[in-house]
Amino acid sequence: MSDINISERQAGDVTILDLAGKVTIGEGSVALRNAIRRLLGEGKNKILLNLGGVGYIDSSGIGELVSSFTAVNKEGGTLKLLNLTQKIQDLLAITKLLTVFDVYDAEGEALSSYN
Amino acid sequence: MKELTLPSRIESVDEAAMLADEFARKNGCGDDVLSAVDLAVRESVANAVKHGNKFDESKKVEMTLECSDESLAITVRDFGTGFSVKDVPDPTDPENLLKVNGRGILFMRSFMDEVEWDNPAGGGLKVKMVKKR
Repeated sequence: MSDINISERQAGDVTILDLAGKVTIGEGSVALRNAIRRLLGEGKNKILLNLGGVGYIDSSGIGELVSSFTAVNKEGGTLKLLNLTQKIQDLLAITKLLTVFDVYDAEGEALSSYN
Repeated sequence: MKELTLPSRIESVDEAAMLADEFARKNGCGDDVLSAVDLAVRESVANAVKHGNKFDESKKVEMTLECSDESLAITVRDFGTGFSVKDVPDPTDPENLLKVNGRGILFMRSFMDEVEWDNPAGGGLKVKMVKKR
């Protein structure tokens, strides 16, 4: 059984990925990488990652968020984060990545920010 | 004291974390300690498997867990070629922010009270991490 479940929704031209489970070294990180690559391959480059259902993330998972951010930027797109748990917020603060990512608590506000 | 030997594969990360959690709970550790130990064990065992033993299953990962009234101490040892922690770039330096790797040691240092490395006789790298209770 996979560590993570990733489901996809579309809101206008923004693709929302709802993540549930663990984004850790191994399956979780690989699943996120594959999902982002697939979206970019389909020309979908406005991506909102909903991390509300992510119970655990390690340094490998944080690295995968950075890798996703960079990959989307290279394609001229934008990747933003939604619904960080306190733990993920703490880890992004420690790594100073809160200065890199656009982070939102409300989906509507996040979607509006793409316009 | 509990001693464990784990194979050099990714699945050992979950196994080590589960065993450490069980050990810490049995010894009455609180949520803060459990959370820090979970993260530190996952990062250190992942480093040992990936960067130390380089997924070579002929090399094992050794972990010890020791609890006292004051603290919980963990050691994780690999049998790789070792490295100098001083050579690991600061992941919070602006020029390193977008690097994919290199944050595990920062996490271990952030959540544990003491973290130190040494190169034991017989090779490899050993990290000792202490969390006060």
